[in-house]
Amino acid sequence: MSKPIGEPAPAGETSHAIAECTVAESTDMLTRYQLLDPDGNYDPDTVPDLSDEDLIELFRWMLVQQIVDQRMVKLQRRGEMGTYASGRGQEASIVAASYALEEQDWLFPYGREAAALLVQGMPLRDLMLYWRGVEDANMQKDHGVFPPAIAIGTHIPVGVGHAWGQRLAGEDAISALYHGDGHPSTGEYQAGANFASVVDAPALFYCQNNGYSISAPFEAQTGAASVSQKALAWGMDGIRVDGNDPLAVYDAVRQAREHVVDGNPTIVEAVTYRLDAHTTNDDPSRYRTDDEVEWWERREPLSRYRSFLESEGLWDEIDEEAMRAEIDDWFDEAKAAADAYDPGGVEEMFRHLYDDLPAELEDQLAEFEAFLEERPDAMDYIEERPKR
Amino acid sequence: MNATLVEAVNDALHVAMEADDRTVVFGEDVAESGGVFRATEGLKDEFGGERVLDTPITEIGIVGSAVGLAMAGFRPVAEIQFSGFLPPTFNQLVAMASRIRWRTRGEHSAPMVVRAPYGGGVRALEHHSESLEAVYGHIPGLKVAIPSTPADAKGMLLSAIADPDPVLFLEPKRIYRTHREEVPEGDATVPLGEAAIRQSGEDLTVIAWGSTMNDTVEAVEAVEERRDASIEVVDLRTISPFDRETVIESVKKTGRAAIVQEAAKTGGFASELIATINDRALMSLEAPVQRITGFDVPIPMLAMEDYYLPNPPRIEEGLERALDAEGGV
Repeated sequence: MSKPIGEPAPAGETSHAIAECTVAESTDMLTRYQLLDPDGNYDPDTVPDLSDEDLIELFRWMLVQQIVDQRMVKLQRRGEMGTYASGRGQEASIVAASYALEEQDWLFPYGREAAALLVQGMPLRDLMLYWRGVEDANMQKDHGVFPPAIAIGTHIPVGVGHAWGQRLAGEDAISALYHGDGHPSTGEYQAGANFASVVDAPALFYCQNNGYSISAPFEAQTGAASVSQKALAWGMDGIRVDGNDPLAVYDAVRQAREHVVDGNPTIVEAVTYRLDAHTTNDDPSRYRTDDEVEWWERREPLSRYRSFLESEGLWDEIDEEAMRAEIDDWFDEAKAAADAYDPGGVEEMFRHLYDDLPAELEDQLAEFEAFLEERPDAMDYIEERPKR
Repeated sequence: MNATLVEAVNDALHVAMEADDRTVVFGEDVAESGGVFRATEGLKDEFGGERVLDTPITEIGIVGSAVGLAMAGFRPVAEIQFSGFLPPTFNQLVAMASRIRWRTRGEHSAPMVVRAPYGGGVRALEHHSESLEAVYGHIPGLKVAIPSTPADAKGMLLSAIADPDPVLFLEPKRIYRTHREEVPEGDATVPLGEAAIRQSGEDLTVIAWGSTMNDTVEAVEAVEERRDASIEVVDLRTISPFDRETVIESVKKTGRAAIVQEAAKTGGFASELIATINDRALMSLEAPVQRITGFDVPIPMLAMEDYYLPNPPRIEEGLERALDAEGGV
């Protein structure tokens, strides 16, 4: 299946009216909601009602995503991370959607949304611990963050059940299920979406359609022209938004959230592009062309948003270098804390599987500890085995 | 109350829903029709449509949403209509339900129950009769319980609903209505993870569970009468975590063991029991442990299923083999 260069994804026409991008209202499934065009032009009347401070914060969080991605990839190259999934190119869709959520909302991530987790309150140290394979990183109940769904689609029915519980408990909160364009291919997604519309779960299905599921382009994923149009068949609403336009993403998710919290699950599809590899283990040059990547590099979200901030007269208030230095310092501190973190010994493997440790597991732990005591060379072997 | 096994399940659900309004019962056909076996009859009338509901036909959605609902503070009791429809939920059981607590270091848990009638013998179609308890028992973090009597069905289900971890509760549908017994009223729990000695004996330990228990007891009576033998019957009741102590103590006492399982032979739970006996009671054995099992074929549809099931004559033959075998340590 070939993809014409210059039209990397079925992005479609744009509109400044959200109703025209809502699949239940529109006759043109492919229309995208956009407030800020790729050259940074916009109609001032359509800018969402955000304070100057919030508009600047949006930029700062996008910068956080960019810097965290760059530095995490470097750490992985140096052997200090297991692997890492960069969100470069998706800064607007990652950040603006989470910025539109309320503090009491829950986020069910899929892995490529570092800044969204940080906006939600996850400590940067813990994000590093996660990618170093330390389960303690998943202790994020206070921040309303669920562990990333590495097995594709598995978090969808769980997030739907969680949202259902939020409705039954009478909470003014939603569950936002972040996912990619490959997730709707799974049975779990279909089951979850259909279930959500039946039990009126306040679940927001937030798709970052970044063009690829590892190496498979969107066209290899489905015969449908968009993810948002799938909402119709499940009795939900769908909105297609320009994922590289932070203002449009914010506004779309904000409006969708109002709809969702009333028990109307909704799909928001942000059309964006992953500029980096799928993860640090992937080589995207095997399945996409330089021309295509360059086409999207020219449309990356930070520059577009910079020109908006300039037009609004806000850019003078931003010292990007100072902001970068501050984020770098934050990263350095978090890394020092992650380096100093003690993930515990073998007992951590046995703890927490059950509320009450069964006798057999107690025995297995005791036997293993006794063995390690008797054979320190076994412990040396564990500690000295190359970790890359 | 005097009740059949399925009536005892129904009673347990009434008791649990009455006691805790976080308990939510859902699945296919559970609300309006009361379940295809009537296990959930009357619940919707008593507790309303928000707490007892018919879901779309999606086993993945039922089990997956139970995980999320449990995380949100509820006590879901989900019904999968037949155990043969559990395989689509396997990913949710493996990737989510069984490891929520572990992967979040105890921050979250999934206190949920998945109920499913299991086993053959009710003249059903394909995919209605599976006995895959060993497969689910192999998933760390998931408890698997199988009652064989009405009183246990009620008491163990109440324990499963109160359990802080996910429990797969397999109900032997072949004996749903075959016998009645006195079942305690109210919140009378029977602990999970404890086997029961159904009858004590000196010459041979027979281990069985769920669907094969009645046939096993019948075979034991016949062999005892014929051979003047004294046979101990252990009802395992919980597959995971299973009660090693009771099994080992019994085998040490009798020196001989036979295991009855309806599931296919290879890799079944009988194999795990034999391995455990080898680990901990080998020197007490007077003979190799015998197995009476289904065959390594899918459980057939109604026309052929009686060839498959380990019936009392087959169990008797296996018990005789266990009593006669020689070659212990």
